[in-house]
Amino acid sequence: MTTTTATTENATDTAEQPSEARAAGGDHQLHLLREMLRVRRFEERCGELYKEEKIRGFLHLYIGEEAVATGVLQALGPEDAVVATYREHGHALVRGVSARAIMAEMYGKQEGCSGGRGGSMHLFDAATRFYGGNAIVAGGLPLAIGVALADKLQHRARVTACFFGDGAVAEGEFHETLNLAALWQLPVLFCCENNLYAMGTAIERAQSETHVALKAAAYRIPSWDVDGMDVEAVESAAHRAAAAVRAGEGPHFLELRTYRFRAHSLFDPELYREKEEVERWKQRDPIATYTATLRQRGVLDDAQLAAMEDEVLREVDDAVAFAEAGAWEPVETLTRYVYSEPKTDPGAAP
Amino acid sequence: MTTYREAVREAIRASMIADDRVFLMGEDVGRYGGCYAVSRGLLEEFGPERIRDTPLSESAFVGAGIGAAINGMRPIVEIMTVNFSLLALDQIVNTAAALLHMSGGQFNVPLVIRMATGAGRQVAAQHSHSLEGWYAHVPGLKVIAPATIEDARGMLPTALADPDPVIIFEHAALYNVEGALSSSAGAVSIDRAAVRRAGTDVTLITFGGTLGRTLVAAEQLGNAGVSAEVLDLRTLRPLDTNAILDSVRKTHRAVVVDEEWRSGSLSAEISARIMEGAFYELDAPVARVCGAEVPIPYARHLEQAALPQPAAIVEAVRAVVGR
Repeated sequence: MTTTTATTENATDTAEQPSEARAAGGDHQLHLLREMLRVRRFEERCGELYKEEKIRGFLHLYIGEEAVATGVLQALGPEDAVVATYREHGHALVRGVSARAIMAEMYGKQEGCSGGRGGSMHLFDAATRFYGGNAIVAGGLPLAIGVALADKLQHRARVTACFFGDGAVAEGEFHETLNLAALWQLPVLFCCENNLYAMGTAIERAQSETHVALKAAAYRIPSWDVDGMDVEAVESAAHRAAAAVRAGEGPHFLELRTYRFRAHSLFDPELYREKEEVERWKQRDPIATYTATLRQRGVLDDAQLAAMEDEVLREVDDAVAFAEAGAWEPVETLTRYVYSEPKTDPGAAP
Repeated sequence: MTTYREAVREAIRASMIADDRVFLMGEDVGRYGGCYAVSRGLLEEFGPERIRDTPLSESAFVGAGIGAAINGMRPIVEIMTVNFSLLALDQIVNTAAALLHMSGGQFNVPLVIRMATGAGRQVAAQHSHSLEGWYAHVPGLKVIAPATIEDARGMLPTALADPDPVIIFEHAALYNVEGALSSSAGAVSIDRAAVRRAGTDVTLITFGGTLGRTLVAAEQLGNAGVSAEVLDLRTLRPLDTNAILDSVRKTHRAVVVDEEWRSGSLSAEISARIMEGAFYELDAPVARVCGAEVPIPYARHLEQAALPQPAAIVEAVRAVVGR
């Protein structure tokens, strides 16, 4: 992990320090693996359900990138907030939104975490402070600094984690937001999930400077490059960065280098990248490599892995059954939630 | 006497005193005192945490307002002009207006956005437009247009108490208008139109910066024996359709005065609603007096020719009433 603060030349050095998470104990390591596996198996099922036309619209799978959400979200507490993108099933699951509520949302059922109004791209959950599910690329960044501004103004030591992809870096909102966050020293943890493609456009075809952390450093935001395929490296970086944010040291930035194994969405014929490239990255599959690591460390054996797979399978099966049994919101309520339903605002201005 | 500008300032001030969740942010609202001097003196009174100067990043600071609103604050975001608000259109339409619905009712956005609108000051095509209808098109937003000193003072506090995003259009030509304002003036409704002049022969429907000119035209018509009722919409979304129809049922004729471009404007929506709701009450087709379909030009004579003038309103009414 490398700091990319004022001395930007350091940022090109991606050497990793020994992971701090290793000291966390076997239970925690198994937890990390289980969380990644939950996301993977949940999404594999989503892909199948999409082909069965149970899930419609756009479906953006996170498969390959699980170490990022899993690692980063370990650094947050329940009081913190998450702003994510349209590729957010994994973030919602790891954050603690129930698999049932997410799957029901995918089905468009009223039991879904957004009442069937949002779908795959717009998962929201007030209870876990999960602010979406934003499908305008870079549109979530301004929202995230606003959530953080409120915390700062109310003197609450909270962190807002804001996820976005490398595609967002080309948007003006990215630059406006980083500048404002640094200027106002807002408690935001920016997490750039750099999977090298903005839909079908490779980063080197879209960015004059492909090293994203350097851009954040230009706004005087402490930034790190992180191996996004290594869950412990991600967790370790996120802990350090989140602690600094929480301590009032202003925004911090992680560039998490990762790769999307599946197509951009299930409409994508993948004409823009070579199969060999995908296969090369799959050698670094965060789940397969971490499974091997834990075996090597003696933390995981075959029976444990089988039990874990079984537990995850049951959770996914249960979520699908829940979604299948769910109800459709009556059409009579179509225009509900366009405006708030009448209620008194106790602290209203005169 | 109080100016419209002072009335808006007093509304901000009183709201900030009453509720410490309220803060103002925007370009040059602090040290500069506001591009139209609305917030002059507020930085000294409330300090830089609550009167926040922003960089020129409309999208970021409007979005920050949305985020702060959903996390417990009551922000007032000032955008210099409606033209600049287009740089924040993504945040306003895709986030502020959609969040409540998209989240299944979980996240309402109690945000107030104020912006100047309209022409008449020779500042040409990038500072003079009237795009109220664009915003009024969007479900999830409330859009209001205070045209009087009382409304300038009273609509902001009501907007701040609203749980959903409210956009306030302040016509830039109104800031220097003076009028009496009661020392007890306070919050007023933001969901009803108001009859500013009662009449029996024709209903003139308008809002914001064209209310004054419409009242001038009504006065001239009165001198010529035509009794014109003037309805100030005040709220552009949701439209007070009942007030429009009630007046038209009484006068049987309607002329809509709207500084926006005619095509796809609010005047078109109002005309359609009259057709839908009071067609058989009409004694003449609905007429419209709108801004010319041209980017607002600089030269004074051209700019004035592009805007609805009392003479054009009088002419349109005379054609409708046939005298």
